[in-house]
Amino acid sequence: MANRIPRVPVREQDPKVRATNFEEVCYGYNKEEALLEASRCLNCKNPRCMTACPVGLQIPRFIAELAQGNIAGAAAVIAEDSSLPAVCGRVCPQETQCEGSCVLGVKGEPVAIGKLERFVADATLGKAAAEVAPANGIKVAVVGSGPAGLACASDLAKWGYDVTIFEALHKAGGVLEYGIPEFRLPKDKVLKHEIEEVRKLSVKIETDVIVGRTVTIDSLMDQEGFKAVFIGSGAGLPKFMNIPGENFNGVFSANEFLTRNNLMKAWREDYLTPIHAGKKVCVVGGGNVAMDAARTALRLGAEVHIVYRRTEAELPARKEEVHHAIEEGIIFDMLTNPVEVIGDERGWVKALKCVKMELGEPDESGRRSPVPVEGSEFEIPTETVIMALGTSPNPLISKTTKGLEVNRRGCLVATEEGATTRPGVFAGGDAVTGAATVILAMGAGRTAAKAIDAYLKQN
Amino acid sequence: MYQILSKEMLTPAICRMKVEAPRLAAAAQPGQFLIVRADEKGERIPLTISDFDAKRGTVTIVTQKIGASSTDIIAYEPGEAFADVVGPLGLPSEFVSMAPEELARQRYILIAGGVGTAPVYPQAKWLKEHGVPVDVIIGAKTKDLLIYVEEMRSVCDNLFICTDDGSEGFHGMGTNMLEHVVSEGHKYTQAVIIGPMIMMKFTTLTCKKLGIPATVSLNTLMVDGTGMCGACRVSVGGKTRFACVEGPEFDGYQVDFDEAMRRQGQYKAEEAEANEKHVCKIGRGK
Repeated sequence: MANRIPRVPVREQDPKVRATNFEEVCYGYNKEEALLEASRCLNCKNPRCMTACPVGLQIPRFIAELAQGNIAGAAAVIAEDSSLPAVCGRVCPQETQCEGSCVLGVKGEPVAIGKLERFVADATLGKAAAEVAPANGIKVAVVGSGPAGLACASDLAKWGYDVTIFEALHKAGGVLEYGIPEFRLPKDKVLKHEIEEVRKLSVKIETDVIVGRTVTIDSLMDQEGFKAVFIGSGAGLPKFMNIPGENFNGVFSANEFLTRNNLMKAWREDYLTPIHAGKKVCVVGGGNVAMDAARTALRLGAEVHIVYRRTEAELPARKEEVHHAIEEGIIFDMLTNPVEVIGDERGWVKALKCVKMELGEPDESGRRSPVPVEGSEFEIPTETVIMALGTSPNPLISKTTKGLEVNRRGCLVATEEGATTRPGVFAGGDAVTGAATVILAMGAGRTAAKAIDAYLKQN
Repeated sequence: MYQILSKEMLTPAICRMKVEAPRLAAAAQPGQFLIVRADEKGERIPLTISDFDAKRGTVTIVTQKIGASSTDIIAYEPGEAFADVVGPLGLPSEFVSMAPEELARQRYILIAGGVGTAPVYPQAKWLKEHGVPVDVIIGAKTKDLLIYVEEMRSVCDNLFICTDDGSEGFHGMGTNMLEHVVSEGHKYTQAVIIGPMIMMKFTTLTCKKLGIPATVSLNTLMVDGTGMCGACRVSVGGKTRFACVEGPEFDGYQVDFDEAMRRQGQYKAEEAEANEKHVCKIGRGK
């Protein structure tokens, strides 16, 4: 009978209201809603949802606990595999992973696994207590405090290792802190607590340490006694289009725009950080970062256009994010590709010159590749252009570490288990794959933790 | 937290502070810079490193009062601490990695303007310590704005002082001073110019005229200082480069200074607004 209950809708902030503030868009379930939704789970013998989860979260088990009203029990099940459930419940692409594999989704709506995970995590924020093995005194260094580093550090700490995370910025969290906006992932309310949980496992986090500048992988291993290193430094280098006019004032990388607003809190009156949006903003790109930048600019008071060279069907961003962006009033200029940034006499952006595109033959990826329509150039007047074209790994570490190979895209070469070309040095997340998702990075961090444990037991 | 060990005002607007930052001090090289964030709500401000002491674990920074954030930095007193001091950032000066035989052929002229005199000091010191002939020109608007004169005298072969108003040393700008020095028979294989963007632009032109290769150190806008934001992008030889990780030193002949100056003012309107609203923190906690 349970599956006759329709998926419990989740309450959200009104689009008109939220377009003017940085409060969280989604309110999440209350207890009553969560328990009702949890009762929909069929508790499959072969849970496809679990197989589809990059960290192997025991989904039916935690939902079963929740359905019985045992929230603490559900949290304990989650804590076995994830150190960031409040984050994942919010930013994971569940529709292509756990929920995308849910049996209920074949004929109807899948169980709202993400929203349930979020409910359990929020209800027990700061209360989860994972078991920690006795300290073994073996030092492991983790580079970067983003999702990959936090996941790797948590597992190693649980197994008794003496883990130090080195973070280049002044605040821990990596892309969760500088990249994902407050309205999708509240920092003080949610993220801070999950990072605190990692600290409670005796993981030390040293901020303001740039590996490759302040210290090197070699100095950590040779002089500071670290027996293994995990590199989870992400993909932080912004891409530009290399079109004329890109250095005019008012052209920013999405990284700069989002870092100013998220890490440096430009949206708050009491912080000194300046940010420039103006009355009209064009965001170039169609991924989650483009959506985040666009919705941030909107909240700062601008009219915002997403400029993307393919159609809405090909947008790489999550459906939910696109849907939220449309609801909030972001204008989508599809099949449009910038060819030049036009500046005024003072060197500030005044327009984005674009060409119309049409979809041609499918390329190797199976997607129809966009081709310019001849003679279709036109200008979109705008004050600001934000380039959200993807990011690549920062070469600071690979350039300063001997024996660490990178591929032609600048990504660290590593095995499935995370072993790099240098013994004792492991890597995972965006630093290896190029820009991907929070949960894939966490999965890679956990896999590497296992490999580090095996390596240290052998050596 | 990064404790301030000593503080002195070099001029009414320029302040020198010695700050505890052991990891940074152990790794710093001439030519590199750092970022200070005074407190939780402050900006990340890139500053030059004017000295470093690996043994004591300290770095020396020289800050000029310009906007709200630099004013906040200057308001700190010894015993207090900055929230963050991170670095060293950027690449070390080219001479640091030069082969000894190549270094032996060099004769350096370092040309400093205003607060840019501070980062010239560790460069002169390094060259002197490595036995490389090095002369220094310090230029300022007026006598009272000259800094690092005595310190510099001890780390270079010839020190030339010039002021725009003639109140001290040679009457003229750094460019005039350089032409004068060269006309007197001094020969140089390399110039390093550090100062305001406009000064670096014109001094580079003078170097070009005199046939001296010129390195400049660009003080661009930046947020993280590690290559993440791209705010620091500059055109060098027609190519976009990131000053934070590929610089801050570049071949002055190749730098598009007009673009660099324009980009420096990108947040002027927002900053002016912030300065108006800003509550000065001098004397806070007293």
